[in-house]
Amino acid sequence: MNIITNLWKFFSSVKLALFTLCALASTSIIGTVIPQGETYSFYVKNFGPKWAQFFHILDIPNMYYSWWFLGLLGLLSANLIICSLDRLPRILKIINSDNFAIQPERMEKMAYFKKWKVTSKADLPIDFRTIFNKNGWKLRGQKQKDGEMFFGQKNRWSRIGVYIVHLSILIIFAGAIVGHFFGFKGSVMVPEMKSTAKIYTFKDSQSIDLGFEVRCNSFLIEFYDNGMPKDYRSNLSVLENGKEILTTDIEVNEPLTYKGITFYQSSYEGYQDFIISISEKNSGEGKRFVLPFQQQQTWDVKSLRFGIINVKANGQRVISSKIWFTVGGEPPVTQWLDDNSSSIITVGDRTFTLSAKQMYATGLQVAKDPGVWLVYIGCISMLIGLFMAFFLSHKRIWFYRQEETDGIVLYLSGSANKNKQDFSRLFKKLEERIDSTIHNSIQID
Amino acid sequence: MDSSQLLGITTFTYLFSTILYVALLVFKAPRLGFFATLFTVIAWLIQTAGLALRWVESYQMGIGHAPLTNMYESVVFFSWTIIILYLLIEWKFKTKIIGAFAIPFAFLAMAYASFAGEINKTISPLVPALQSNWLIAHVVTCFIGYAAFAVAAGLGIMYLIRSRSTTSVLPPLDVLDEITHKTMVFGFIWLSAGIITGAIWANSAWGTYWSWDPKETWSLITWFFYAITLHARYTRGWAGTRVAVLAILGFLSVIFTYYGVNFLLSGLHSYGSA
Ligand code: HEM
Repeated sequence: MNIITNLWKFFSSVKLALFTLCALASTSIIGTVIPQGETYSFYVKNFGPKWAQFFHILDIPNMYYSWWFLGLLGLLSANLIICSLDRLPRILKIINSDNFAIQPERMEKMAYFKKWKVTSKADLPIDFRTIFNKNGWKLRGQKQKDGEMFFGQKNRWSRIGVYIVHLSILIIFAGAIVGHFFGFKGSVMVPEMKSTAKIYTFKDSQSIDLGFEVRCNSFLIEFYDNGMPKDYRSNLSVLENGKEILTTDIEVNEPLTYKGITFYQSSYEGYQDFIISISEKNSGEGKRFVLPFQQQQTWDVKSLRFGIINVKANGQRVISSKIWFTVGGEPPVTQWLDDNSSSIITVGDRTFTLSAKQMYATGLQVAKDPGVWLVYIGCISMLIGLFMAFFLSHKRIWFYRQEETDGIVLYLSGSANKNKQDFSRLFKKLEERIDSTIHNSIQID
Repeated sequence: MDSSQLLGITTFTYLFSTILYVALLVFKAPRLGFFATLFTVIAWLIQTAGLALRWVESYQMGIGHAPLTNMYESVVFFSWTIIILYLLIEWKFKTKIIGAFAIPFAFLAMAYASFAGEINKTISPLVPALQSNWLIAHVVTCFIGYAAFAVAAGLGIMYLIRSRSTTSVLPPLDVLDEITHKTMVFGFIWLSAGIITGAIWANSAWGTYWSWDPKETWSLITWFFYAITLHARYTRGWAGTRVAVLAILGFLSVIFTYYGVNFLLSGLHSYGSA
């Protein structure tokens, strides 16, 4: 019994909280100074073998996931849970307390208190509550044996703001744990016009089956005038059993989510191959071809032969390409085409719309994180809780009218757990209101 | 008139504001107080115009984005927030003396932004990762928090000076203590919101809301630091000198999060040093 009481005391103490928070804050610095996630030989090279060994023992290369750091987070959680369980009943008692069950003597001991004694009843208002109404306070009355008690309060639930903040931290941790065990993070490169049903995890490069296919229809980079990248965009289709379910563009900051799996635009790779789109004007028929640089390709039905014979590039990026194009027995035509913009070529009596673009693979980061909603709920509740804890004050006003043989005694008292200055201003105003209401009565006190 | 001229002028006007408030502290002439406030409001309006103009200019260049996306712009916004926050405190608590301790931070920030060699002042387009409204929300919320912590540190310094001198023009200790605490609480909420919006941004850009990169970690360390301060005060009754010292130390942690990490450590946020 005793040991349980002591354990409870230990885990509910704010001292432990201060210790844990200090420990978390100071040890977190280590991982910002010592590079994380490098190989053992990296640490040997940069810090010497002794240190590398030491780091290894303490899991420093991966310190935010090490047993001792997670242990500190666990300690924080235990502390939060027990501390809250320890205090919450008392807080709920305050919130739900019967505020009418209070004696005038108790009222006199409150931080805000004022007492009047009136001997002539004549000028007293019938209902004192109107005084409070003017200041936005609705008081309820209750007859008591020698008088009437009035009570009103505001923001009583703000008292649990702190507990919402504490709970929100636990919710965020829960979200992180759910994400860790039931989610994954990985990536995949998908060349244009190809699809994939697998991705590869970051952690151990294992392949994961998506359960559907993702096809990259096209990938596009746009640049600013100064050469900085402006936009990476992939047009993706989701296919199930070969059937197209949906098609959409993704960009950095605008991912695609399907069945809980989210695809983020993260990188790309340029190839030396080209994608050529050809459509015939008269028939309206069109087709896309992938062809390597300087190789000939045919579209037999239309008796077309074509190839890319030259390119202008800026680094790895093709600016324009020169196409060689022939129809049937006509003499071949060559023409420069800007990358990814269409041109019209007429050969004999046939007209075609042509475009050539460098072929890319889009680099997708793929994540499934069923815990993220918990994390977001935790974040929102943290902000709500902080607001309640800091800006809302539980204000209470008591007013008691006591009948005595030689007159009436009026008691006014109040309490606020925050923003005391605001409250004392309010209290002064109420005092003055009552003063002026009973102005004509004879007062003692 | 372009934005860089306006912002350049702001640097000097904030210097002059500082001088006015220090003069007020030394000479205790109430008339001076009126001018100090008036002048600071005007300086702040000039800076607001400068920021707005910079925004407009970016649209004229065809790369429109809010002026909150690199180190220069964030430092300017930081000083802007300090001033508006200070003016609010002056108005709410009816004391002008704090200006002598808060406005220097805004001036130093502007001076650093204007004159430091490593800071690039050009309006440049945004790489795709930075094209996000969450980024704007992230920067705004963080810097409101940082500005509050700067003011709290100024108040902490005032407290320490006040507690070591008997007759002083500074506000009484309990008032200073109260305002320091309130300012830190205000900063804590905004820092929390800043960390949260940053996490949401990261999640929408690459699917990881938290990756322990040095900047994130330092913002968390700073957050822990202020959480510790609040608990020490609320549950262990720490106040006065101790909290004043914590307000100053906390701001050092803020500076390291904001500035030190960019230049001393590396990570995802290194765009800030460009
Ligand atoms: C990062 C973690 C934590 C955060 C962000 C946090 C946040 C807060 C906040 C904002 C307050 C209100 C302070 C005020 O009103 O001035 C508070 C109060 C408090 N916290 Fe925490 N807290 C954390 C961890 C803990 C832990 C681990 C404990 C465990 C003992 C704890 C115990 C308390 C207590 C006892 C109070 C006073 C509650 C009351 O009014 O009855 N906190 N906390």
